[in-house]
Amino acid sequence: MGQDGTSPLAIRALERMGVSEVFDPAKVAVVMDHSSPSPIEGVSALHTMMREFGKRTGATVYDVGEGVCHQLIPEKGHVVAGDLMVGCDSHTCTYGAINVFSTGVGSTDGAAAMASGKLWFKVPDTMKVTYNGELQPGVFSKDLILYLAGQIGADGATYESIEFDGPVIDKLSVEARMTISNMAIEVGAKAGLMNADAKTLAWFEGRGEKVPNPQNADEDAIYAKTLDFDASAIGPQVAKPHAVDNVSPIEDVEGTPIAEGVLGTCTNGRLEDFAVAASILKGRKVHPDVRFIVAPASRQILLDAIEAGYIQTLVEAGAALVTAGCGPCVGTHNGVPSDGENVISTANRNFKGRMGNSNAFIYLGSPATVAASVIEGKITDPRKYLG
Amino acid sequence: MELQAKAFKYGDDINTDYIISGKYKFKSNDMEVMAHHAMEELDPEYYNKVKPEGGFLVAGKNFGMGSSREQAPLVLIHSNTKAVLAKSFARIFYRNAINTGLPVIECDTDLIDDGDQLAVDLEAGVLRNTTKGTTIPFPPLPPVMAQLLADGGLVEHFKKHGGFNL
Repeated sequence: MGQDGTSPLAIRALERMGVSEVFDPAKVAVVMDHSSPSPIEGVSALHTMMREFGKRTGATVYDVGEGVCHQLIPEKGHVVAGDLMVGCDSHTCTYGAINVFSTGVGSTDGAAAMASGKLWFKVPDTMKVTYNGELQPGVFSKDLILYLAGQIGADGATYESIEFDGPVIDKLSVEARMTISNMAIEVGAKAGLMNADAKTLAWFEGRGEKVPNPQNADEDAIYAKTLDFDASAIGPQVAKPHAVDNVSPIEDVEGTPIAEGVLGTCTNGRLEDFAVAASILKGRKVHPDVRFIVAPASRQILLDAIEAGYIQTLVEAGAALVTAGCGPCVGTHNGVPSDGENVISTANRNFKGRMGNSNAFIYLGSPATVAASVIEGKITDPRKYLG
Repeated sequence: MELQAKAFKYGDDINTDYIISGKYKFKSNDMEVMAHHAMEELDPEYYNKVKPEGGFLVAGKNFGMGSSREQAPLVLIHSNTKAVLAKSFARIFYRNAINTGLPVIECDTDLIDDGDQLAVDLEAGVLRNTTKGTTIPFPPLPPVMAQLLADGGLVEHFKKHGGFNL
């Protein structure tokens, strides 16, 4: 799989390799999501190149408006439990939540995989992260993974595979689990795997013909490291500029003024993220000094959120709805912040310049934290809005 | 072959957004043009400093964290960066560097100061700090990666062998 920032380089690498066909068109997909619809002619040319690649090779093309690659690949049934999958995007680790060993690679690796169906790997050590206790009201899976980043740092799991486990993970929906696996790369991990359970298997139903083949951890597995956290003691977390591991409890940043809020991305652009944001914003208004940008992770999620009334609620509250896709996360379009502005976002990265302006400041939190914050115009603890 | 150049030293956790910002990666396919923005977030003068005579990019731990963008090693190559030396690397950048033919060396970079003259012989596995008159040990690349780098990257490897031959 490749997206519009990486596929063009992969397509050119294939050409340079002298390869004109992909090994199995049914197993190759390219997605226009990072800069989509095209904001400039250079990107339009890249999109054309991807469409022509699809026509030439038979690979699946997800065009403008279909959504973010990391929502589409699982949603459309391209992967099932037990698969090995590579994508030319670092957040390919998202599908670990549905028991897929998926990992991000570069474009030349992607080209080699598309050409041959093969790639070389070093088998990583595994770190086991267990969340015990019970998730508290106003606390979400996003807070759990931000907390981990704060604890172990941006290189805390470099070249390791993380296995997430424990009663808290068991109780999470598949969507909420994806938020956690999505951010495994933010601590350097190669994969962020979870066992497949009944919820996982139910999630695959109706998505395609591939039969799940769960690969769950052995009872006597040996781990390079094990970490145990008590989720009952974890409150809402916020990653502060300019690093994902620069994490604080929300109490430390409450009151920080914000100019923009973002709900969406491959981390938190799913239906239940819209549900919680809508529940907070129902009958309320976005603060007049705040732009609230909302990007569903896929067309299907947009349709479901329309049907459930969430879009109506969010737009009435003052949200600006943009195309299903990556939204403003990558800094190419859809809401580049101005100099000196603070942004609170549900995305997975807050590096300097990430959203297209090096002089802006990005905070990361859960959809509930973002929804509460856009009402007040400052970073706000969502627990006051959630009964 | 021995590579000789000056060290340009930066810190820990340098992510690929800092190596080449996302706002540029869509603007051009021409890496010569993109290379002007290499390392811009940390050092807007990087290209001008390194391009004329070449240089070694020296960093701390976890170099190349973040996005999988292959533009990161490519803009370094096109800005005349001879190799990246760091205490540790993020895995996707590391793979991308090998695949595109940019040497990456894991070593104790505390032994190198900004501006030091370095000499590297990758085949022999020798890194000398000529300014300080010291030799810095570094582990050899695993055989798979050494083979890819010796072939000039993954594309050249495929052209040479018609597929993977590792």
